[in-house]
Amino acid sequence: MSTASDAPVRAPGFHVSREVQQLAYRLLAVALLCAALSFAAEAFFTANNILNVLRQASLLFFLASGLTLVILTGGLDLSVGANIGLSACFAATAIKATGSPALGTLAGLATGLVIGICNGLMVAKLRIPSFIATYGMLWVLHGITYYYMAGETIHGFPPGFRQIGSGYFLGVPIPVYLMLAFLLAGTAFAQRTIWGQQIYAIGANPVAARLTGIPVDRRLILVYAISGAMAGVASIVFLARLNSAEGDIGEAMTLPAIAAALIGGASLFGGIGSVFGTFIGALILTLVLNGMNLLEVNANWQPLVTGLIVVLAVWLDMAGRRRG
Amino acid sequence: MSDQAVSSPAPRILAIPGVSVALIGLSLLFAVASPGFLTSGNLSNVLVQSVILLLLALPMTLIIMTEGLDLSMGAVLTLASLVLALIVVSTQSLALALLGALGVGLVFGLVNGWLIAGLSIPPFVATLGTLGAAQGLALVVSDGQSVVGIPRFVRLIYSGETFGIPTPILIGAGFYALFHILLYHTRFGTYVCALGGNRDALTLAGVAWKRLLVAVYMLGGAMAGVAALLMTARINAGHPTAAIGMEFDAIAAVALGGTSFEKGNGWLLGTLLGVLTVGVLRNGLNLMAVPSSVQVACIGALVIAALLIDSLRSTRP
Repeated sequence: MSTASDAPVRAPGFHVSREVQQLAYRLLAVALLCAALSFAAEAFFTANNILNVLRQASLLFFLASGLTLVILTGGLDLSVGANIGLSACFAATAIKATGSPALGTLAGLATGLVIGICNGLMVAKLRIPSFIATYGMLWVLHGITYYYMAGETIHGFPPGFRQIGSGYFLGVPIPVYLMLAFLLAGTAFAQRTIWGQQIYAIGANPVAARLTGIPVDRRLILVYAISGAMAGVASIVFLARLNSAEGDIGEAMTLPAIAAALIGGASLFGGIGSVFGTFIGALILTLVLNGMNLLEVNANWQPLVTGLIVVLAVWLDMAGRRRG
Repeated sequence: MSDQAVSSPAPRILAIPGVSVALIGLSLLFAVASPGFLTSGNLSNVLVQSVILLLLALPMTLIIMTEGLDLSMGAVLTLASLVLALIVVSTQSLALALLGALGVGLVFGLVNGWLIAGLSIPPFVATLGTLGAAQGLALVVSDGQSVVGIPRFVRLIYSGETFGIPTPILIGAGFYALFHILLYHTRFGTYVCALGGNRDALTLAGVAWKRLLVAVYMLGGAMAGVAALLMTARINAGHPTAAIGMEFDAIAAVALGGTSFEKGNGWLLGTLLGVLTVGVLRNGLNLMAVPSSVQVACIGALVIAALLIDSLRSTRP
């Protein structure tokens, strides 16, 4: 977004925009990670493991792609992990009660969407800073989920429903197709529609966006609603994959989702980032965690590494900005 | 409220009713709803149980006054408590153990402060990252197991009495007084107010405010180390998830107490009342056998209500 206005005049010849350059670095990182891992662990470069990485990345991507839109407006949604928990539990109950996977899916998506709209209203209408509003929401959702489940587990869903999470089509896991579909839809929405461009504009300069006549409040509610609905999507795929729902199902996923978006080049200050970048970010993070698994690193190190990656990604973003 | 001078640490008279009404209202509610609430034994219990929260909420007030946030406090407290338990079990020395806990807190405070002041990373993201780091380290050092066999002299710090008053209450009162002096009667306190209200003024006055900001986060870490001592004494063990999420109660108490997230206005007595409100709410709901999960939801709702009132007040001309 910034290149058009503040890039210095460059000599004629071959040059690429900063965004493309940044994306190229990230693709290079993916290639290097893959190369390093295939040397370090024999099991890495097998079709099974690659598909496994893609499937794990898909869950992260559902969550992180919605979050990316929120971050583009300069906000943050800390409630996505807790949202998965409640949406999955409601979806599981609905499937058990009605026997219909379709109704269950609808219940999960609707729960996620309603939570997202509540976040949007708090941020846009009540002007509560987004990280505080969604942080409060996180604990409210945890409370409701734990109370609702009372330590129980709901498990055993119809085989048709479980296909969403663990099925294959032409040898490729179904969630990977879903990821590609949402990647295309998300990119088209953010880059090719007026609403998408307005979201970028709000993040780049909220005051200017308001003065231009962009309905800022409505667009803000929209991005939080999308983020909530994408958490609903993630909850359905997660539920179908695990074949069981528990209260703490998505708890550990908020930090990785934020990490994926930030690694993908989204800036916490808004206006910079893309759904495709987040896709690459989700791949990089999943590769790192997968590599740690293959190298038999204690899983307890994972939050530490994810935390470090978040801080590193933000710091690189800051350093890049200072250079201009 | 917006016309109040941000650099003056004067009590916000306007905010007094909100939190004290909540405190008195909840107390009356529980006094009617559950007969066990209004006994001297239970009330002293509320005070004792609130002390750990107070130890976190005091530095959190200062941090939020600098327009910052520390989401890592609960995880750092957990890690410090594990380190303290491991040292005291193996060496039987309280001094060494406390030193270890304080060290953990100070290191995390230093890292938080460096990320926020040195690298200008937004506080909630920087501390979310260190939250992950502390949580991961807590699982690594404990291997997911509790550390048991805490000596009796450590447990007495939480359950003992000094001069006929429960020791934790004395510790809480002492630290409250310390923070009161620090915030309202020292140059450091004045600078903390300016850090949130007017950072440019500090730069122009030649104050090395980045170092001050690091000091504020290190204070938060150190207090998490002190709280770790009481926590370990209370649960008689080091547990890898003992205080996960406790930063939320602390942030809630500060928000209820009327400290603003955006203007750098803080009020220490409000934080004390906020801590008591959270303490009364948890205690009362416990007596009514309401599950802990619902308590968390209630506190969340209370905070959103407080923020809502805050935002309505500040938009009023």
